[in-house]
This record gives sequence, structure tokens and C-alpha cells, in this order.
Amino acid sequence: MSRSVVSEIRRNHIYELLRKGRRMDGREPLDLREISVETGVIDTAEGSARVRYGETEVIAGLKMAIGTPFPDTPNKGVLTTSMELIPMAHPDFESGPPGGDAIELARVVDRGIRESGMVDVEKLCITPGEEVWMCFIDIYSINYDGNLFDAAALAVVAALKSAIVPASNHDKGEDFPLPVTCVPITATMAKIENTLIVDPTFDEEMVSSARLTVTSDGNGDVRAMQKGKSGAFTVEEVNYIVDVAREKGDEIRKIIG
Amino acid sequence: MNARPKREVVVPGDLLDDKGLRPGSGTYVLDGKVYSSLLGVKNIRSNYVNVIPLSGRYLPQTADTVVGKIIDIGPSNWLVDINAPYPAPLHVNEVPWRVEFGDTARFLRVGDVIMAKILMMDETNKIQVTMNDSGMRKLQGGHVIEISYSKVPRVIGKGGSMIQMIKSMTDCRIFVGQNGVIWIEGELENVLVAAKAIQMIDEEAQSSNLTERVKEYMEKALPASEQADIQE
Amino acid sequence: MDSDIVMVDDKGKRLDGRTADELRPMKIEAGVLSNADGSAYLEIGKNKVLAAVYGPRECHPRHLQNPTRAIVQCKYNMQSYSVGDRKRPGPDRRSVEISKIISEALEAVIQVELFPRASIDVYIEILQANAGTRCAGLTAASVALADAGIPMRDLVPSVAVGKANGHLLLDLNKEEDNYGEADLPLAIVPKTNEVVLLQMDGHMTREEFGTAMEMGVKACHEIYEMQKDALRRRYSTEADEQEVEE
Repeated sequence: MSRSVVSEIRRNHIYELLRKGRRMDGREPLDLREISVETGVIDTAEGSARVRYGETEVIAGLKMAIGTPFPDTPNKGVLTTSMELIPMAHPDFESGPPGGDAIELARVVDRGIRESGMVDVEKLCITPGEEVWMCFIDIYSINYDGNLFDAAALAVVAALKSAIVPASNHDKGEDFPLPVTCVPITATMAKIENTLIVDPTFDEEMVSSARLTVTSDGNGDVRAMQKGKSGAFTVEEVNYIVDVAREKGDEIRKIIG
Repeated sequence: MNARPKREVVVPGDLLDDKGLRPGSGTYVLDGKVYSSLLGVKNIRSNYVNVIPLSGRYLPQTADTVVGKIIDIGPSNWLVDINAPYPAPLHVNEVPWRVEFGDTARFLRVGDVIMAKILMMDETNKIQVTMNDSGMRKLQGGHVIEISYSKVPRVIGKGGSMIQMIKSMTDCRIFVGQNGVIWIEGELENVLVAAKAIQMIDEEAQSSNLTERVKEYMEKALPASEQADIQE
Repeated sequence: MDSDIVMVDDKGKRLDGRTADELRPMKIEAGVLSNADGSAYLEIGKNKVLAAVYGPRECHPRHLQNPTRAIVQCKYNMQSYSVGDRKRPGPDRRSVEISKIISEALEAVIQVELFPRASIDVYIEILQANAGTRCAGLTAASVALADAGIPMRDLVPSVAVGKANGHLLLDLNKEEDNYGEADLPLAIVPKTNEVVLLQMDGHMTREEFGTAMEMGVKACHEIYEMQKDALRRRYSTEADEQEVEE
């Protein structure tokens, strides 16, 4: 049935379950869905990964090229992230240029990567001020059942971690692994009535009032955040979410090694 | 009923018959032969060869009862999503209340779930639904799940045996819409067990001894007190 | 371009070991996505393609509605990382054209008159490209349509026949395509051998064209068997047990 209208019955059922600490798919509030990560799925990309969180599925791919650096960072490689919410993924997604949701997703994922310094961009400088490696990260939603933020971020991290810089194709010496310094992991919590849950499904997202996305690094430090939707959190809730996100970060970091 | 013939999966374009059977649903005729137009199961009944679909959207038939969701409101009608290719209008004359022009939202709102009957489906596939029939109403409380409409007969079972078993073991009220939308109401724990049992039927319609397996699952999953009742 | 490269060696083998009329290894899986009404994943050689179908559903925008039948709206899209040099996201003239001819080829077999005013939306995503993506996309799309329960006369297998260094070769890969002198993508309705998609560019003699068509039609029948097998595999065990209310 039309997904954008959640029936009153389903909304109340989700509420009723959560008041007892339960969820429609049998999880508890702090349980993630089953996560799967496959890397090297696209031969034409320098790095790629297909990630599933339950039925949510995304593919991220990295393409690299040689370009000129920005004038204010002459010795740093360039990183850009795009997200496409293609209509294949959900009956409510429409064709066309990225809208607000897709741009927000791409920017939040980008911030986690950039602010954690995951990619050592100084090692992507070929000739200062003249030639640097440009990294184009493209993320495609394949099937959307909630929590695209975390799935997209994990796909990008896995793609980058497994990427090889194609130096030999450009007469720039031998190929080398993309220099990666840390593994930032993104975890999102949604607020439904007064309960906070991780890894929301589509229906849970639809009935939630607010969400908070937190990216933490391997030291447990916070590297990026994004609050979304029109509801609000108390300061205590924010602190709680940050702690849960750091724990989930460790849990997920183990999956991708 | 005679022994069940072996079911044969056919795909669009498969030859179904060239010996004089008549073309039934899910078929077409080319040069006097009957071919399948669907992915489904071949079925021969009284000189007709049909293909029973394994997937696809619900196509309403007059007098079907369905579970639908209000997705839009006009001054003299509501728009009901019944999982069909088209939304189904529900006119104010087709509800059991007296509704003044422009007063529709007072009776049914966006997101409300109703039980309705297909009043008609004309040759251009224009659908109309009605609530002016016994038992039709707005549904409140409980839980709504969706399965493939082609599995509805399996959920109901022969002579209603499957759904009766689920109802009596879980002590839930269950309404199975012909469109694959199912409403379940009762004790929360039991509702969850009933929902899971029905999803099992939807997903594992292929496994043998399905009735046994569903029963076994429910016996394990239901709280002990319920089980005691059943064993009596 | 190096015209001395040997496309077919003295044993009749191509660069990747195939004979002139041999398809690349192919794999099709039906029903791979949970949200779509029907879907299929297809690999042929190094091509990786996903197809998803939504519908029949209400047609948007409304002015495209046809009061007597459904319209088929295909969107063929190459993902940015699917090719050597990153492709900018979004449609270009090539993908709009391909989308149009695939829509028309599918419309030829779908019983569109059963769904007046509705739209049947077909999305083809090229995850990895290695020559022949429009044919791979169409082949996958027709499996996805059947998986979605859309009534149709037949499936639509599709393949391209190329000419490289004077040889007619079935289903060119990227390496061969780089030396291509002609390309002839086609799709047929196997039951009747009607041709529902046909393009050609390059240079072929009249005789070569006739041979190329024959090669293509024959290969389409091979692909057809793999399409049917993918659909049967998805449901065969299920149907053995399926009880139908009688």
C-alpha cells in the first residue's frame, strides 16, 4: 500500500510495542538489523562496496582521476560525495536531480569521512598546486527500508578501505592502496514517542519525531553529527545517543575488520 | 476433490494447450493454441486452462472484501488504497453515516484503515468501494500486515482450515482481505504470533506440511497458558 | 587504432576464447529486491545489471495517462562508477534514447490494454558496463516484468551482433567493441520471431547484415531459455506444494 501514509493502526502498534521495549521485526531498541558488507563488487571502480542493513541496500563506488587542487589546499587531494535516491529503491522515490534528502545524506556521509580524516588527502598530492588525485564517491540506494544514513556511510567506508589508487593507468608510478588513517562509523537513532531506537526501518522512520546521526572514530571520539526531522531531543537524550553511537561504532567496526 | 495434479510453473509465452481446451484467465490464444501470459501455475478446470499467478498486484473483483487505507479526502469522497493498480474512491453515499458535503474528515481520516467491499470494477478498471454492507467498518486497534494477494487462498486454507487454526490457537480476531491486507486483533503477544504465522505462510508457501509447521511454530511461540488451553 | 590486432585466431577463437557465435557467460536471478513489484539481476561477461518493475500503478504525471491502456515508462541509467571514466549522474541523450526504445520493445509484449490509465515503470541500473548494456538491461527488464506478475505475451531476449576487423562476432565485449566496425543490437519475441528492438551503426555489407541478424536471432533463443529458467527457479519448489482453492 502507499508507504508515505502510515496507517493509524500501524503507528499505534509500533507505539504499543515500543512501550514494552519491542519492535515490529522482533528487535529490541538497541539491536541493529543483520548487516552485510561485500567489497570489490564493481570492477570498473577503484573501490566499491555493497552494504545491506536488513532489507535496506546501497552500493558505493569510488572513481579517481587526476585534477588540479583547490588554490587554498594546493597539497591535498580532493574528495566529493554524491548520493542518488534512484526510483528503483522505493515507490516514493522519483527520477530527477538529487533533492533535499539525497543532498543531506551525501553531505552527512561526506562530513563523517572528511572530519575524521579517514582519507589522508596529503598523500593524494602528486605535484603541489598542480596535480592531485580527485576522489569521486558515488552512492546509490538500491532498496530502501530505512536508515540510509548508516548504510550509505558504511558502504563508503568499506569502499574506501578496499580502494586501490590507479596510478599506473596515469603514468604516476605503481598502484597503491588508498591511504586510510581510521575507520569512522555512523550510527543513527530515531525517537518514537519517548523511546530511542537504533537503525530504524522505513515504518519506524515514518512515525519517528526526530533522528540523530553520530559518526565516531576508533578512539570513540565524535567526528560528525546531524539532527533531523521536526521533533526535539533533551540534552540527556543527546548524550545518551552519543554513547550508544560510539558503542555501535565498535560493534560495526568489527564487521568490516 | 480428486487427487491434486502436479502443479506446473509456467512463464509468459509457455504453450499451455493445443488440443482444444478453452483459454481461461492468465492466458492468450495465438494460431489456435493457448499460451500463458503470466508467471504462475497451470490449472485446468472444466475444459478451461488457467494460469494462477504467483505474483502481481491485486486486481479487484466485484463483491470482494478488502482491507484498505484512506490516503486522501475530498469533499464528497475518500480515496482508499487497496494495493490495486488504482486507488479506489469511497463515495459518501457508500458509508453507513450521513455525511454532509465537505464534512468527510469528521468520519474517516487519512491513515484510517477500513474493511470495504468492491462495489464495482468496470471495463476501464474504474473501481468503487462501499461500506454499506454487513460487517464493513472502520478498523481500530490491533495490527495490519500485508502479504502477496496470491497467497490469500493459502492463508485461508481449504474450507478456512488454516485461518481457523490460527484464530483459535491465538484467540485473535483476524480478517483476511482478498487484497492480501490482513487485520489481526487480540492480546499483543498473540497478535505477534498470529502475524508471524501468517508471514510464514506467505514466505514458505512452498514447504511441505505447512499446516503442521505453522501449528508447531504457534505452539512453541504462544505463552504457556495458551498452550494449556489448546491441549485440553 | 591498431588494425593488426587479431580478433579471431586461426583456431576460430576470439580474444576471450569464445567462438564467433558464442555468448559471454550469463547469469540471471529473479526477485532480488523487496520493495519493487518485480526485479532481476543479470550478469553477462563483465556487465552487471539490475532491473526493477513498479506497477501497474497510477500514472504520474497525469497528462501521460492513456484512457485505453497502460503506458510503459523505462528509465535506463548508467551508474557513475560503471564505466572507465566516471559518468556524471543523471540522464544524458544516450540514456534517454535507450530508455525510449526499451520501453517500446517491452510494450510490444505487455498486455497494456488490461490496465487503462496505469503506468508500468521499469528501472534499469547498469552497475558495471562492458559493452552490450542496453541488451543486458532489456533482457533483465523482461524477467523483472514477469516476476512482477505483469501479463505479457512472451519474454524479450536481446543481444548485439558486432563486426570487428572484418569478423561478425556475437555479443562483443568491451575490448572487441573498441575495434568495432559495426554494431547491431536487437531484441525479439521468441514465439513469433518478431523483431521489437533494432538499431545499427557502422558498416556492414547487405550479406553481412543478413548473417548478423541470423546470429542474433539464434542467440536470443539461447538467452530466452536462461530467462525462463531464472523465473522457474524462483518458484518451482513452491508450486510443487502450492494448494489452490478449488
